[in-house]
Amino acid sequence: MDAVVLDGITKTYAGGKILAVDNVSLTVKPGELFGLIGPDGAGKTSIFRMLTTLLLADKGTATVQGLDVVKDYRQIRKILGYMPGKFSLYQDLTVHENLTFFATLFGTTIEENYDIIRDIYEQLKPFSDRRAGKLSGGMKQKLALCCALIHKPEVLFLDEPTTGVDVVSRREFWDILARLKNMGITILVSTPYMDEASLCERIALIQAGSIMQIDTPDKIVHSYPVRLYAAKSANIYGLLKDMRDNAAVESCFAFGEYLHLTMKQDKGNAVADLEAFARQKGHTGIAVKEISPGIEDTFIRLMNQKNQ
Amino acid sequence: MKKLGFLLQKEFRQILRDRIILVMIFAMPTIQLIILPLAANFEVKDIKVVVVDHDHSTLTQRMLGKLGASGYFRITGAVSSYQEALHYVERNDADVVLEIPVDFERNLVREGRQQVSLSIDAINGARASIGGAYLNSIIADFSQGTDLDIVRAAHPVPAGMPVINVTYNTWYNPREQYKYYMVPGIFVLLLTLIGGFMSALNIVKEKEIGTIEQINVTPIRKWEFISGKLIPFWLMGLIIFTIGLLVAWVVYGIVSVGPLWLLYLFAAVYLVALLGFGLLISTYSANQVQAMFLAFFFMLIFMLMSGLFTATESMPGWARTISALTPVTHFVKVIRMVMLKGSGFADVQLEFLYEIAFALVLNAWAVFNYRKTS
Repeated sequence: MDAVVLDGITKTYAGGKILAVDNVSLTVKPGELFGLIGPDGAGKTSIFRMLTTLLLADKGTATVQGLDVVKDYRQIRKILGYMPGKFSLYQDLTVHENLTFFATLFGTTIEENYDIIRDIYEQLKPFSDRRAGKLSGGMKQKLALCCALIHKPEVLFLDEPTTGVDVVSRREFWDILARLKNMGITILVSTPYMDEASLCERIALIQAGSIMQIDTPDKIVHSYPVRLYAAKSANIYGLLKDMRDNAAVESCFAFGEYLHLTMKQDKGNAVADLEAFARQKGHTGIAVKEISPGIEDTFIRLMNQKNQ
Repeated sequence: MKKLGFLLQKEFRQILRDRIILVMIFAMPTIQLIILPLAANFEVKDIKVVVVDHDHSTLTQRMLGKLGASGYFRITGAVSSYQEALHYVERNDADVVLEIPVDFERNLVREGRQQVSLSIDAINGARASIGGAYLNSIIADFSQGTDLDIVRAAHPVPAGMPVINVTYNTWYNPREQYKYYMVPGIFVLLLTLIGGFMSALNIVKEKEIGTIEQINVTPIRKWEFISGKLIPFWLMGLIIFTIGLLVAWVVYGIVSVGPLWLLYLFAAVYLVALLGFGLLISTYSANQVQAMFLAFFFMLIFMLMSGLFTATESMPGWARTISALTPVTHFVKVIRMVMLKGSGFADVQLEFLYEIAFALVLNAWAVFNYRKTS
């Protein structure tokens, strides 16, 4: 039995004018770390809210551990852990009080399920009498995760847990998720950061409410159908404009200090062609090479295909 | 049931942790009870009179003396023309112009009747009409008095003109002191603020911060959450009510004539109704500013139309209907009746039913709406 199943889920807002989630179907296997990757406004939070029984879908069905999100919402609430994107614990209660409160709401105690939160809670211990509102961003995330885990959920929903968190805390957070996964908890996580996608077992690329591709990060990267080139010069913005004007270039996007390009017809000598073209346009400091694509390249390619 | 206990524990912890709220619980009833009855006073006093005396006789001197001695009037000026007197009114130095005609004394003795003119600044309508009435009655009193015995002897009142003298007794508040009217009203104000405002803001706060999301994904039931929110404020309302009763006793020596249990019974039911109202507002608002405005809009109507400051009996029919449709009106009435008159339960049965109905309707509506929106 799959841990989470979405079947043709559609959600609109403002009386049907805004399409937030468009006919989404996906399955998450038991014990999987599944990532929902997409930019802001892609519909990630709406999907989470429907799966956590906070929002009703317009069309389609969804189950969590085989329980229907509409019919069996009461049982689902006992077995799911949810960490919303926005910090939503009581800021005027202390770390310990928040944790105790959520434990009691689920009819359990901190001691009973201490195993599951030990690694995270040990880091929070020194602040256990501090009010939640006075914690740093990373600490808040850890506390929120503790509160979502305290009743030993079977499925954990994390909505953009690393947004607004520093790089070190982000890395730590993903280490924690890997450990939780090893305990057998199914985890569904969403993130706008493409670099975090490779840390998931399987990912779904989502854009404007619909899913573009679902697979393992490796397979998604390998499914990139053409060769990808990176180019740079002293005047990167000028190069971007020139390359976009080049009839032989299919797509060209800025990626940090490099431009990523694909060719309309790749005859195998694209590196030399691009170099020659750049030189002809009067660029200096030119470097062109072939690279292996990342998740972000795939995402942009899929997004462009969809828009055409 | 056990979960409700934890919810209550958490609510009380949060309320008591908010120092401003804690201070307000004690400061609000005390300060409001001390300040408001003194300030919100409709007694008309210190009416400024400017006199235009064209006669300057002994009789006018005596009449003005009586005016000044009444305690209600202060003669702020004596001028020689009506025009000049009007300047006093324009500058706000006088509320009333009293003009006495030339040869007032001589003509009064000769003809047995004379007229004086009163011009009253009516910007403040209540002050003008009450002040004018006072002035009238003082002058009437003067014309009945011994100063005019000579005049009456010379011009006997023709037989057949009946004179009816009215004497009266003031009951339940024999000295007609304003505090007896206001203090019970302020109890109502206190409970209304606690029940209506604080509960609405508290629930909306959970929405605004997003904690309600976190609560909603737990197996906790709606009724548990709502009860957990309303019970603390219900208790707080009753505590504040008790403090209010103590302050009224210590500061004003006002002790309820009627039974205390009846006051508490009404306060308890009234609070349930108002908490339902607060909950209802919270279901319609997304943030604290919206809730504040909504609550304030209704509170203002409640306050002004409930008979807290003005008698509902003198309102036009439509206003009385609206007034009867607010829970505040009936509570104000009962509190005054029980505290000042000593009414028993039998006297206020109907109001009790009203409050029960308000409590049921408002809470049912709120809970229904709460379900639908979440």
